[in-house]
Amino acid sequence: MDMKLLFLATLVVKLIADSFQPASVTVTPGTTVVFINKDDDAHTVTSTTGLFDSKGLDTNASWKMTFNKPGTYKYFCELHPFMKGTIIVRAAHS
Amino acid sequence: MKRSQFVEHVAWTGAGIAYTLASAGSLVGCAVADAPGAVDFVQISDSHVGFHLPANPDVLGTLKQAVDAINALPQAPAFVVHTGDITHLSTPKQFADAKDVLSALKVPLIALPGEHDVIGNDFKPYLANFRIPQAEPGGWATWENGGIRFIALLNVFNFEKMGLLGSDQLTWLQGVVSGLKPSQPIVVLTHVPLYALFPTWGWTTEDGAKALAMFSRFDNVTLLNGHIHQIITHTEGNLHFASADATAYPQPKPGAADKPGPVTLPHDDLLRAIGYRTVSADGNGARFEDHPLG
Repeated sequence: MDMKLLFLATLVVKLIADSFQPASVTVTPGTTVVFINKDDDAHTVTSTTGLFDSKGLDTNASWKMTFNKPGTYKYFCELHPFMKGTIIVRAAHS
Repeated sequence: MKRSQFVEHVAWTGAGIAYTLASAGSLVGCAVADAPGAVDFVQISDSHVGFHLPANPDVLGTLKQAVDAINALPQAPAFVVHTGDITHLSTPKQFADAKDVLSALKVPLIALPGEHDVIGNDFKPYLANFRIPQAEPGGWATWENGGIRFIALLNVFNFEKMGLLGSDQLTWLQGVVSGLKPSQPIVVLTHVPLYALFPTWGWTTEDGAKALAMFSRFDNVTLLNGHIHQIITHTEGNLHFASADATAYPQPKPGAADKPGPVTLPHDDLLRAIGYRTVSADGNGARFEDHPLG
């Protein structure tokens, strides 16, 4: 049971080929999302509403954010604004 | 001399050729002969100090190579302009390293920020090391040199838009150009191209057309930018655009790859794909030559 919770509580989003993969995910409140830059260029994970910002992520650098509050969190890369992603936080019972 | 003849683009295939011709005093000696009142300056761009991948493991070294070549020019330029992406990740160390190398320039440096220099929309690390002389509070600037009106615009206010000038800067620009005669030669410096060079890769300025409309009534406007790490020229009426090579690494031609980003080449080929640009501007427009490092 603990293992399952731990597994669910962390999710990896890769920054690769000028895209976020997966670009859209739904998670439960309390999930920590780890963003890893696996690209040959620098990227950022920047909220469209100013809620969070990784600042510059070099190749192989990572940054994490825990999403506690249900909602839809849209983000993009400041250096490549065509890179867009969404984290949807939704309680398991809803 | 007709303007169409005056604005020209020479991309040398190697510095050796350029120097041979220059020393012979024939083709280059003729082509770069300055009309009275000409202003000579140099453009460098996209140094990405802090970048360390195989496309260029020594970006400080190639920047230094460019600085040494500029210092060795037979005729010292009036100034050097860096059209942005001085650093890769806007860190204080990257700015300090870049400043260390660029401070060896023997002539004044005017350095514009690129989006890599203001990550997090934070201009402080850039401003702590570089600042355009007599810049407006927003960072943009204009000055006159030898009868040429220079305008440095900042189009890296990129909240979800790669290139954006913003209404404050556009209002200021309107004030700058409104008092100028159509015959006034203008040189515009930006990081991101002001026209839609390749919007799919963010190689455009969202509100650039508003600025270009203000420039359209002038006889001679030269618009120099960086950002795309390659030489691309483009003309719209009397507006002459020229993107410059990087000093760090090349990027793919528009649409020639799945995405923009560093292109890894053998070292000799890398040196041929990066470099600096000499520009000569006078009452008839501006002319430039691109000088690869290899």
